[in-house]
Amino acid sequence: MNYYEISKEPIDIQAIIDKVVQRDAGAITTFIGTVRELTKGKKTLFLIYEAYESMAVKKLAQIGQEIEEKWPNSKVAITHRVGKLDITDIAVVIAVSTPHRADAYEANRYAIERIKEIVPIWKKEHWEDGEEWIGDQLEKVAYPTGKPEGADLHE
Amino acid sequence: MNKILFFAHLKDAVGEESIRIDLAGKTVAEVKEFLAKEYQLQKLDTAMTAVNEEFAGDDEVIHPGDEIAFIPPVSGG
Repeated sequence: MNYYEISKEPIDIQAIIDKVVQRDAGAITTFIGTVRELTKGKKTLFLIYEAYESMAVKKLAQIGQEIEEKWPNSKVAITHRVGKLDITDIAVVIAVSTPHRADAYEANRYAIERIKEIVPIWKKEHWEDGEEWIGDQLEKVAYPTGKPEGADLHE
Repeated sequence: MNKILFFAHLKDAVGEESIRIDLAGKTVAEVKEFLAKEYQLQKLDTAMTAVNEEFAGDDEVIHPGDEIAFIPPVSGG
């Protein structure tokens, strides 16, 4: 089964959840990232997501491995969409299952923050009066080692 | 020979998704300097570099056949 994918087609949320179902799990959390219309008062018409697909899949898998080391008996599945997305479309789905609920929330949060650090995916925002590649949402660049340096789990 | 990949604003600036050029023996820092000059790229210094799909430091030396990608600050999620 492919637990980590880049998809050109709309993401089937249930299919991602099904990948992490396990008998040891007491909780599954899902994160669904969607395309927001307003950013700092500016109206987005649509987004284009682009990925360095082969590396992005590897980095998603790395994040899954980090989670499975930090939170024992967890299971992770992540799919990120690419291409043109309209407002409210689903850009990313992360499912994490763990034996206990607190870990499932924490590990899922960790996954989305790491995606914003190390996974080579970019979005171009299109507005009524222009377009721009968005970068560095966390106001820092990814780490060469690909390793976390402290808890940067704030947006 | 090496394949160089560009993404996001770097792809727009270069006008190509990828180029083929022999860079063997150069360090990542030298490659960046060369391409920045060749293509008038202003934001290359803020990009990360990946060699064969793994992040690489400025000192890493390029070998024949290596695939080099420049990774502008990412914005997935």
